[in-house]
Amino acid sequence: MAEKRLMYGNHAVVEGVIYAGCRFFAGYPITPQNEIPEYMSIRMNEEGGVFLQTESEIAAINMLFGAAAAGKRAMTSSSSPGISLMQEGISYIAGADMPVLVVNVVRGGPGLGNIAPAQSDYYQATRGGGHGDYFTITLAPHSGQELFEFPRLGFELAEKYRNPALILADGLLGQMMEPVEFTYEPIDPTSLPEKEWALSGCKGRERRVVRSYDLRPGKLEDLNRRRFEKYENIKKNEQRFRASRCDDADLVVVAYGTCARVSDAAVRMARDRGLKVGLLRPISLWPFPWDVLGDMSKRVEHFLVVEMSCGQMIDDVKLATECRSKVQFHGRPGGGVPTPPEIYEKILGVLGGTR
Amino acid sequence: MTNEIIIAGFGGQGIVSSGIILAHAGMIEDKYVSFFPSYGAEMRGGTANCSVVISSDPVASPIVANPNIMIVMNEPSLARFEPTVQPNGLFFFNQTLIKSKPTRKDITIIPVEANAIAEELGQGRVANMVMLGILAKKTGLLKLETLKKAQRKRFTKANKEQLELNDKALERGYALL
Repeated sequence: MAEKRLMYGNHAVVEGVIYAGCRFFAGYPITPQNEIPEYMSIRMNEEGGVFLQTESEIAAINMLFGAAAAGKRAMTSSSSPGISLMQEGISYIAGADMPVLVVNVVRGGPGLGNIAPAQSDYYQATRGGGHGDYFTITLAPHSGQELFEFPRLGFELAEKYRNPALILADGLLGQMMEPVEFTYEPIDPTSLPEKEWALSGCKGRERRVVRSYDLRPGKLEDLNRRRFEKYENIKKNEQRFRASRCDDADLVVVAYGTCARVSDAAVRMARDRGLKVGLLRPISLWPFPWDVLGDMSKRVEHFLVVEMSCGQMIDDVKLATECRSKVQFHGRPGGGVPTPPEIYEKILGVLGGTR
Repeated sequence: MTNEIIIAGFGGQGIVSSGIILAHAGMIEDKYVSFFPSYGAEMRGGTANCSVVISSDPVASPIVANPNIMIVMNEPSLARFEPTVQPNGLFFFNQTLIKSKPTRKDITIIPVEANAIAEELGQGRVANMVMLGILAKKTGLLKLETLKKAQRKRFTKANKEQLELNDKALERGYALL
């Protein structure tokens, strides 16, 4: 059996990154993710990797650009305001088709906001975030276990599609401790295949170019079109979700991350009382699991979207269900975390209205 | 069955350690567990508290608003947390350091001379272990032996004497009821 450890979510991310064979971290401190750089500084030192506390988030994300262009797995972590600062760099990285991993341990906003858990960076994460036409592959863990496993998945997807990947966590997932199973062996960084595009020194071969800009007439348009063909592939192949108790459901709760675990308890309360309620948990937020929701909307009358915001993912649920179902919302903005009874009451309210 | 626990006191009373040991012990006994600290604007000598959930079901939220088991280690935490306890909940309080009396009639009040017993054993700071011992006995939630194992996972750098003293404090707490 795999080793099980009681770990902070933020520490689980670090082990996940080390186990994924990444040996480059650059970042700047911000609550509630400070345990990531703190523990990363220890682990990178042990593993002979690079840990850099940069002068700013802007420096950190541009160092990732460089490390990725050199063909190495590179990651950073921050929380909402810091991620906003990184958006220019993420846009450049997406424009240069480079794979990097960015972890956002989301806190209450906008502005300096607070340090409590939130999901109000959903739009930013799933609509590109910076300037220009692009998307980032976005994964939403809901447990310490997934915080350990998703860095590897994130790197694999980022490299497969040559695109930045984002892990969207929140202050609750980062700060809580729970058991984490080390389900796989650590990847030896030297065992990772060489990238055919990496800037590794051009002696004896054609030179390679990594950049996001092209002034030649029509070239940038072509490049953008090709990138969107790539996005179509990602949308076709990488929609990830967990559906539980949805088969006979009159109402399906849609929630990710922290809200998914709280909603799961509310769904169990409803089932205990004989109500046909299920839970759909999007795991990839981009690509959003549009297809499964589209299918469900042909037979499910009600969807209840639960978010720690005033409602952002609900837009994607409405797009996916194309007005076939009724979509209701329960949200807690500004650092509020919903409770199972609160969501259960909302479920009763929605179902009661149909009788 | 879900047990929602809050432990509260001064920074330095081993509040966070107690919480982690409880959660770890639950994990050893194959229960669903979580630990959540109060984080952010904390300061040395200020108040500290943490939430622990030990359950037969997956933990929904690790943040506890209304505990069914409460441990209060200092005076300011009594006033703050007594009103939050669920009706019929258990309320362990450190009688050595707390001069006021809990007033609620709908919860079970368990006064513990945690610091007095710890001093008797030779070290005030093991008061938290006395509390965990009596909690284990009163609730039947965890075995004494598991807590002994779990404290060793928490204090990996402690010497043998300290670990044995912690064991003794756990035993003294356990033997109070």
